[in-house]
Amino acid sequence: MSVADPTDPLPGRQVALIDLLDRLLSGGVVLSGDIVLSIADIDLVRVSLRALIVSVGSEADPLGSPSLGQA
Amino acid sequence: MIDREGLTYVYAVVPDTPGLRAALSDVRGVSGSLVSLLGEHAPTEGEERPDPLAFVTSRVAQDEFDERTLKARFEDLEWLEDVARAHHEVVQTIARHDTVLPLRLATLYENDDRARGALAAQRHVFAERIALLRDRSEWGVKLYIRSTGPSEDRDGAADPGGTTTLSPGKAYLRRRRAQHSAQESHYRNAREAAQRIEALVSRFTTYRVRHPAQHGELAGPEENVLNDAYLVPDGRTESFRAALAALAADLDGVRVEVTGPWAPYSFAMPPPEPAPHGDAREGPSR
Repeated sequence: MSVADPTDPLPGRQVALIDLLDRLLSGGVVLSGDIVLSIADIDLVRVSLRALIVSVGSEADPLGSPSLGQA
Repeated sequence: MIDREGLTYVYAVVPDTPGLRAALSDVRGVSGSLVSLLGEHAPTEGEERPDPLAFVTSRVAQDEFDERTLKARFEDLEWLEDVARAHHEVVQTIARHDTVLPLRLATLYENDDRARGALAAQRHVFAERIALLRDRSEWGVKLYIRSTGPSEDRDGAADPGGTTTLSPGKAYLRRRRAQHSAQESHYRNAREAAQRIEALVSRFTTYRVRHPAQHGELAGPEENVLNDAYLVPDGRTESFRAALAALAADLDGVRVEVTGPWAPYSFAMPPPEPAPHGDAREGPSR
């Protein structure tokens, strides 16, 4: 069991790309801009990156998933 | 500056203040271009608009960000990372100075006028959202289960040390059983940790977004079983982090990781229609 020191300054440290993509590809306000990737093509993004980030877009609840469900 | 060849890339919605304009005056975004605030049209006479908003934008090259190129580029992880980090850098810089409502990666308009139209069309939604997000930050809380060493598992090979008198087959089964039992205990501990997190965070916030657990090449070697985002009042972040740090100290095989502060990416959108039962994307965590 380990946790980063709660007093160390997190800002400035480079964030993990996977955490960033979790937020930038599924978070943020979605507007239908003139070049639309945001809404219509999020499926495309999901497909394109499937090999790298399987998780994008899945709605699974880890607390209810088999991995934690049956020990 | 009129750049007929360029597109307007929008990073975020912000309160339009002189302080923020000054703070962003030499910040560079995607493709290294300077960002600027794109304010609203002046209010028509008699219209009340006490809190003006702006888009934070920069110019990007049309041939790099047109629809066809963009689709191809999104499969290029190196390019995607560059754009994502540049976008994030701008958003985090804003977050250090004022409330920020981040936009989804790669929101693009043909020109500033078109972008300004989009800002005007949804300014009330944006203003409400910014009011909700004010003085709060997003924190990521992830729960990992340590793998029970595949190194201990030699796949049935005989123990070269010769410390065991068991047949290779029986030794293999015994190792597998021990490994399985350790893994089960780690899962039990993870479930306990998840319950503790649930109980603990409800003291700090009612806003949670549950991201899918992380798998795949970009994820680390440990199994990620919880990938939550919480919106925490800025005055309470230290106690939030301290409480989480101590949370699973007695639970073997489990690791809690806290990331942040993040700009409120996960809380930028109003919640979708609530699910008939079960887990809403955002809402009271308990």
